[in-house]
Amino acid sequence: MDAVTVTDLVVDRGRRRVLPGLSFAVPAGQVTGLLGPSGSGKTTLMRALVGVQQVRSGRVTVLGEPAGSPSLRGRVGYVTQAPSVYDDLTVRENARYFASLYGMSAREADAALADVGLTAAAGQLVGDLSGGQRGRASLACALVGGPEVLVLDEPTVGLDPVLRVELWERFHGLAAAGTTLIVSSHVMDEAGRCDRLLLLRDGELIADSTPAQLRADGRSQDLEEAFLNVVRAREVVGASEQGREHRSEERARSGAPRGSEPVSRA
Amino acid sequence: MTATTSAPTRTTTSHLSPRLTAATAGRVLRQLRHDHRTIAMMLVLPSLLLGLLHLLWQDVPTPPGQPGVFDRVGLTMLGIFPFVVMFLVTSIAMLRERTSGTLERLLTTPLARLDLLLGYGVAFGLAAALQAVVTVAVATTVYDLEVVGSVWLVVLIAVVDAILGVALGLLASAFARSEFQAVQFMPVIVLPQFFLCGLLVPREQMAGWLQAISDVLPLTYAVEALQEVGSSATATGTMWRDVGIVAGAALLALALAAATLRRRTS
Ligand SMILES: Nc1ncnc2c1ncn2[C@@H]1O[C@H](COP(=O)(O)OP(=O)(O)O)[C@@H](O)[C@H]1O
Ligand SMILES: [Mg+2]
Repeated sequence: MDAVTVTDLVVDRGRRRVLPGLSFAVPAGQVTGLLGPSGSGKTTLMRALVGVQQVRSGRVTVLGEPAGSPSLRGRVGYVTQAPSVYDDLTVRENARYFASLYGMSAREADAALADVGLTAAAGQLVGDLSGGQRGRASLACALVGGPEVLVLDEPTVGLDPVLRVELWERFHGLAAAGTTLIVSSHVMDEAGRCDRLLLLRDGELIADSTPAQLRADGRSQDLEEAFLNVVRAREVVGASEQGREHRSEERARSGAPRGSEPVSRA
Repeated sequence: MTATTSAPTRTTTSHLSPRLTAATAGRVLRQLRHDHRTIAMMLVLPSLLLGLLHLLWQDVPTPPGQPGVFDRVGLTMLGIFPFVVMFLVTSIAMLRERTSGTLERLLTTPLARLDLLLGYGVAFGLAAALQAVVTVAVATTVYDLEVVGSVWLVVLIAVVDAILGVALGLLASAFARSEFQAVQFMPVIVLPQFFLCGLLVPREQMAGWLQAISDVLPLTYAVEALQEVGSSATATGTMWRDVGIVAGAALLALALAAATLRRRTS
């Protein structure tokens, strides 16, 4: 069963055509990664999935209903890229407010905070938290609704590696319990953690695949390398060669490990 | 893990819900409660300003048989303070919802748009009631403000004025893209109503076209209602009609604010 189907989705923002015609399906009960460089249209696509993006044409269906339908609003959770919680409330007050909107109790709010490891900080004002904690508070406010579909826009940015691993384990736990997760990221090393992958570049779908399939298609065990090979296979050879040189130069300069390289350099 | 795929208590509609309105009002009041200085200013400033007016007119002689200037102006101010303060507070609060991303998130939850707006109305209406009780108590005891009618009617009119301020603030914030713009809506919306409400120049002495404008501005009726309470011992029909007009204008502004609050944005 597909939790989400997108057909010929066209979105304009300002005068730009950000999504020129996307079609794909997201299977239920899995973690689907939406990977792509910054500016490739991930946030725009996620906004369309939760029904807050004006779309030019095309169809977005979530759990069998048009995206944004009133009946979906209790069943789809959305965590925006920038944490969207109230700075002037405590973590617990935030969680309880969002819990009440989903018809959940204070106990469930506390459980959601425990899930993201914020129990100790529950009494603190969100405005006093670190960026990573704030992001987790924002995540808890979506988890608390027990959504069937969870749309997470770059939820692991800025988190320390241990927490990142924990969150990914949590995502897979949720998927095992039947939740459909759509998680965006602009770093390729998160791709390997997803059950399925959607690779976005300039609003176009480069791949709708699995990590294993992408490795096979891109003839590399390294997902970033495989991604590059797939991109290159689609493009004029000269242009992508230039991009590659630029990329290796940058890597040499920054000394960044290969896995954490933003896709945007590709 | 608290993941559930369906919960019986889940809210699936986004029709008006008193429960969600109350939850939102509670959240707004909790935000206010964390801001001690704002509460102090809200409760104390109107009394201090009224004290200034009291000192200003203290030694100005009044013709025998007429109400003192302070009695007339001070009473009117009891309706204008809450209108101005709540207009400003609300338009800033709503703009913050917009820029912090919480509005976008709320629009993906079961909360109806009118629930959100009414929640603000209820919260700031309650704050205004507290403000009015303090100000009226100080005015009638410390500054010897003479009110022929019931002071509770003064409080009622102050609260209705505050709700009008909230409603217009919510509406104005839909047209503001920045704090700078939001703040400048205050003089645009508030000052013409203040100039034409009959306090500076009696309405009978205005040019016909100014009087016609004055006739369609809600603050005019708020001021007239207060003058009625100031001059007759029992509640008059005119006063109730005026209160009804102000409340109707507030509801109209709320409905317009809900209509201009777009769920899908570009
Ligand atoms: N509010 C907006 N108005 C106009 N263009 C926008 C707006 N938001 C984003 N864009 C443009 O849309 C494109 C895709 O943006 P976005 O979906 O945020 O990408 P991503 O999330 O992958 O970084 C970018 O080129 C960006 O400049
Ligand atoms: Mg983004």
